Amino acid sequence: MHESEVADRTGLTLGENGRGGRGGWFSGGGRDGNAGRSRTPERAYITGIVIALGAVAMFFAALVSAAVVRRGSPSGDWQPLRGASTVWPILALNTMVLLASSFTLSHSRLRARSGDDAGFRRWWIVTSALGAIFLAGQLFAWRQIVGAGLYLATNPSSSFFYLLTAAHGAHVAAGIVALLVIACRPARRMARRTAIEVTSVYWHAMGAIWIFLFLFLFFGGRS
Amino acid sequence: MNPLPDHVHPAVASPSGFFRRYVFSTDHKVIGLQYYFLALAAVTIGIVLSLLMRVHLAWPQAHWPLVTGGTLRPEQYLALMTMHGTIMVFFVLTTAPLGAFGNYFLPIQIGAPDMAFPRINMLSFWFTLAAFLCMLAAFAVPGGAPISGWTAYPPLSGLGSVTGPGEGMGQTMWIVSIGIFCIASLLASINFITTTIEMRAPGMNLTRMPLTVWAWFVTAVMSLLSFGALLAALIMLVLDRSAGTSFFTPAGLVVNGELQSGYSGGWPLLWEHLFWFFGHPEVYIAILPGMGVTSHVISNFSRKPVFGYRAMAATLCAIGILGFLLWGHHMFVSGMNPYSSLAFSALTLSIGVPSAVKTFNWLGTMWGGKIQFDTPMLFSIGFVSFFVTGGLSGIFLAQPALDNLLHATYYVVAHFHLVMGVAAIFGIFSATYYWFPKMFGRMMDETLGKLHFWLTFVGAYCIFMPMHFMGIYGGIRRYADWTGATYLAALQPLHLFATIAALVTAAAQLIFFYNFVSSLTRGEKAAENPWRATTLEWSTASPPPVDNFAGAFPTVYRGPYEYSVPGAPQDFTPQHLPPELAGVSEGATHA
Repeated sequence: MHESEVADRTGLTLGENGRGGRGGWFSGGGRDGNAGRSRTPERAYITGIVIALGAVAMFFAALVSAAVVRRGSPSGDWQPLRGASTVWPILALNTMVLLASSFTLSHSRLRARSGDDAGFRRWWIVTSALGAIFLAGQLFAWRQIVGAGLYLATNPSSSFFYLLTAAHGAHVAAGIVALLVIACRPARRMARRTAIEVTSVYWHAMGAIWIFLFLFLFFGGRS
Repeated sequence: MNPLPDHVHPAVASPSGFFRRYVFSTDHKVIGLQYYFLALAAVTIGIVLSLLMRVHLAWPQAHWPLVTGGTLRPEQYLALMTMHGTIMVFFVLTTAPLGAFGNYFLPIQIGAPDMAFPRINMLSFWFTLAAFLCMLAAFAVPGGAPISGWTAYPPLSGLGSVTGPGEGMGQTMWIVSIGIFCIASLLASINFITTTIEMRAPGMNLTRMPLTVWAWFVTAVMSLLSFGALLAALIMLVLDRSAGTSFFTPAGLVVNGELQSGYSGGWPLLWEHLFWFFGHPEVYIAILPGMGVTSHVISNFSRKPVFGYRAMAATLCAIGILGFLLWGHHMFVSGMNPYSSLAFSALTLSIGVPSAVKTFNWLGTMWGGKIQFDTPMLFSIGFVSFFVTGGLSGIFLAQPALDNLLHATYYVVAHFHLVMGVAAIFGIFSATYYWFPKMFGRMMDETLGKLHFWLTFVGAYCIFMPMHFMGIYGGIRRYADWTGATYLAALQPLHLFATIAALVTAAAQLIFFYNFVSSLTRGEKAAENPWRATTLEWSTASPPPVDNFAGAFPTVYRGPYEYSVPGAPQDFTPQHLPPELAGVSEGATHA
């Protein structure tokens, strides 16, 4: 990925340590001048989180492809997730909540960039709360599945249901912790601006991964 | 993963206090050395384990001290094998080339003061150490170390102690250890990639990066994309072992006369796919940094630019991409669909192309050069030798028809030890002799170094060449003892030979340890640039100051291998030398 595209898309203004202009991979190295060269450029944190998300994506890709392979395994023991029909509306609702949190997060970030610290905090807290509601909703979905007699080891389909939702839930929980830590930071710190950008990238990615997992579970788990 | 920016920046003054400075340091150089010494400890243990196996194979009925019953039991042999493989692959071949040398030299070679995320870097090392201690603790738990090999195939690894004494607690420790190792490797690779992208000095284009940096970068990308898959597989294996799920464990399995109930029909082949999706890139994670070091060193000691620099960088990338597409060649005998074997076979053979390009370019770099046979150069030439020898047997193993015959034999043991074990170790040795002056400010002893090289070079061939014959003859691997199989009795003299060679080669490593330790205090003081080299690490003090360049950060004017440039006042033109001082124009040669 072109790093300046990352920076542009995420709206991060390059600091004095960033490479000016649209210097690309082949047009020249690193940072300008000697000023501040003992510091990691702010943009490196965005690059870092994008790369980290590559690893996260591979982790989920491994789980999902394992589910596909396991479903087609020659033993033919895969049973669709029946008897828990109420779980799908709940998951759909949770999806809406997580999607909404991405919008509130974007709004919060815009407030921070226009210098409205109170607005930033308000929407940032709303985002964290929506994240927590999502997690609670996922737990409620688990309760529904348990109520239908489907436990972790009941069938490979239920095993993958719990595994995928738990793995994603753990990542969302980590995101909520990051959101809350940033909410407590003083506004004027340069570090907070970068932290807002990094957390936003991560949070949107968790939303995207969940939408994929939801569609995968819905179309792969029911039939 | 810490999504927050950590605003730690190394102070220019080095931190005071022993612990901050040498133990809980965020300085990439200290962390690199920590990784290096961890790998030295691990390789020592790994060698001892392999010697125990070799001694047992040469004298199967020998009476062992400290072993109950006197002779080594098969499960104890399997535990030795498992731990040898695991320790060598993860804690030596992954840790030393990338963790140690990558950490120490990548930031310096690109002109950066440190890694992009120094605290995450420190965390990676401490996770790796925790994983190592957890792995060693597997020896001490009830039942001892696991016996399922470094690949931990289920159902052997998925059922607990019913499948063997080490498969209870020992296997659990193994899984936890490798899980921690995965996280450490993921954190480290995020750091390496970000540092290479974001921290390069002005003028350090991609086409001006030393091939070592290219190799570490591609290695880090491979490690980023593969360790996540292994982590996912480990979680599923843990659930099979402890929560009764059936990801990998089939139904109706009878182990040691006991029906394993409760499993609904899992698929061991699924583990093999997930494991080797990680495992094959892992092979290249071990060898690519060695390729980088070899290119670097051969150019330096031939006093010539690397032959085909762009081709060398491109083939590193090609190997990195192809490395993800051929994991199935480890599974030809697994019961996988034979048509997929065909595809994996074709892809495996195709990796011979970039490998051959690299080999010919190494020879081309030496061709017509003023070659200096210093110890680092000898080990790099040794790297090329072992890479070719081990690679050639790979062409045979890539054919499913031949692999069916050879897969479970010593032929495969010979193949992978030569190409990924010994070759990668020679890369590590070459890097050690080459960069020792930079890391410790003193030279290593050349005479002892050359003695070490020749004994190890001849010794390693003596250990592994006979195994090709054993394998073709039908000598089965992983067996602790085949004295019951009369047709294999003819192989006993070869086993004896390999064991004696292993003992001699291991003893030769004592020369290295002696040389290393005595050079630390008594070696000749090293100048800034003892090898008359061109890259940035040689433009700073030996050892480098805390911020690497004492505040005078370099600007890069040319490619990394400008040796013997026509018209230049000396036979090397450092990357950081401005054109008016270098006597040649900017980027006069483009390797």
